[in-house]
Amino acid sequence: MTRRTMRMAGVVLAGMVIFLPLSSLVIWSFAEKWYWPHLFPQQTGLFYWAKVMQGDLLRALTDGFLIAIVVTVLTLVITIPLAYVLARLPVPFKPLILMIFLLPQAFPQLPVFVNSTTLLYQVNLGGKLGGVVLIHMVGALVFAVWTMTAVFKSVPEALEEAAINLGASRFKAFYSVSLPLATPGIIASTLLVFLYSLDEFTGTLLVGSPFVLTLPVYMYRTSVGYELQVASISALMLMVPGIVLLVLLERYMKSEYLSMFGRI
Amino acid sequence: MVEVRVENVRKMYGKVEALKGASLNFKSGAMTAILGPSGCGKTTLLRSIAGFIQIDEGRVLFGNDDVTELPPQHRGTAMVFQNYALWPHMTIFGNVSYGLRLQKVPEAEIRRRVLKVLELVEIGNLSDVETRKPAALSGGQQQRVALARALVVEPKVLLMDEPLSNLDAKVRQRLRAELRRLQKQVGITAIYVTHDQEEALALADTVVLMNQGQIIQTGTPQDIYLKPGTAFAAEFLGVSNQLEGEVADGKLTIAGQTVSYAGPVRGKAVVIMRASDIQIEDPAATPRPETMALTGILEESLFLGAHYRQYIRVGRIVVMADSADPRPTGAVRLVLPSEKVQVYGQP
Repeated sequence: MTRRTMRMAGVVLAGMVIFLPLSSLVIWSFAEKWYWPHLFPQQTGLFYWAKVMQGDLLRALTDGFLIAIVVTVLTLVITIPLAYVLARLPVPFKPLILMIFLLPQAFPQLPVFVNSTTLLYQVNLGGKLGGVVLIHMVGALVFAVWTMTAVFKSVPEALEEAAINLGASRFKAFYSVSLPLATPGIIASTLLVFLYSLDEFTGTLLVGSPFVLTLPVYMYRTSVGYELQVASISALMLMVPGIVLLVLLERYMKSEYLSMFGRI
Repeated sequence: MVEVRVENVRKMYGKVEALKGASLNFKSGAMTAILGPSGCGKTTLLRSIAGFIQIDEGRVLFGNDDVTELPPQHRGTAMVFQNYALWPHMTIFGNVSYGLRLQKVPEAEIRRRVLKVLELVEIGNLSDVETRKPAALSGGQQQRVALARALVVEPKVLLMDEPLSNLDAKVRQRLRAELRRLQKQVGITAIYVTHDQEEALALADTVVLMNQGQIIQTGTPQDIYLKPGTAFAAEFLGVSNQLEGEVADGKLTIAGQTVSYAGPVRGKAVVIMRASDIQIEDPAATPRPETMALTGILEESLFLGAHYRQYIRVGRIVVMADSADPRPTGAVRLVLPSEKVQVYGQP
């Protein structure tokens, strides 16, 4: 077998691994009648797509995006100054601070979220958008603090010193040198946080149900109700922002950021 | 143009004392090179003058102004960094004009001064400096831009932290000569940190030799090179042989061989001989007066481009000697004028 045919075989195999499961989603979303032992649906049509568009899906879509946007903005506002300080200044107990952000991820998620739910209901945030935003931020801050600290570390300190040396204040040096140079990394980190929030399931279900509905929760509900068509459609819709944002992410992510993780 | 003085400057990093009370005057309008091995405190001293490091003790003065407590923004120094530290997201013009923009200089004057200084540092093509970014330039060109960025604000003091050490040898030599010309032309007080002795000697009006957080010797390049005050200075300033010896009864013993010695040192000593000062003779030749001679076996001869370096075994030690021609291996006599032998007592 030549190299070329081997490569072809590899591409085909990879394509099958990725696209076969997806194609079953697509087929299911159009299936109106599909019983065993038929290989393909006996009857196809747009019935379920139409049904979905009238139902809760739109609410799940808007709520999900609203939560994701609020989570992203809040995370950025908190993380940019925090990550800059962690990257630049000799903060005492730096490893400890970074560890605290990791801590919620170190335990099994379910007990953490169940406990948080109890707490959030006590302060009257359970079943509300605000509560879901808070529970998302527990995870989002981990991504954001770690990646953005690495991003700011990857901007050489001498670049800021050169600005300060010529008379710039510390803030001006940050604003005119470090921030523009960190922007691609901040965008990458923002996209990660946005996607995380959009796809988050466990916390949203526990804290938000039954009042807050996002796409993953909606999909879960429909699939346990054996409405496989509806679940497939929502899965397909959930994939769209993911694919779009990952393509963007690939443009902005630089390998330097990853190499900085070890040096935080 | 201002004289820079540091008085008894001390700096601790944790338990390591980086500067152990350095006092020095940097002459106004002159180029002073701070020379020393890595970790000797030379960069710490430079950064203390720039204000990036808060010193633990002592004072830094620009003329009559005590700037010890002044933050770096307000000191009026300009620094040229080893890795250029140009801002990659700004154009060449943007980089050089940054300092003037901070000073709120009118736009027309910014343009005039930036173009003038870019011409001064011979950046070449001035037509596209407003569109090109530093990454499009070679290392040497980038350092010229960095120098322009520093000079355009007309700083009181120009600080340079190993500005040429990232460049290849040819560019380094050319920029060295240009730096010297520029500094004389502008007449600015300049402080230049380097670990390269050749660079320090070639560039500076005054060379300051540092080791282990202390200033070892200060003088003109000629003074420092020809009359090194300590064994460290002699060793650092050239490819040299550093041999252990012992002085007793007007005799100096090196590797079991005895030569006459009339200097002040007694007891254990360090003997420094420059490889370029040593001549190699046939051992049968008649000895010359006013010279010191050692006999040994020439083991190897390496071609280094400008000269051959011979390795000669004398007892347990190996002595290096440079000559224009290669020599066959075998027994030789090493000869050098007595005044070129530097003997230092061991502390």
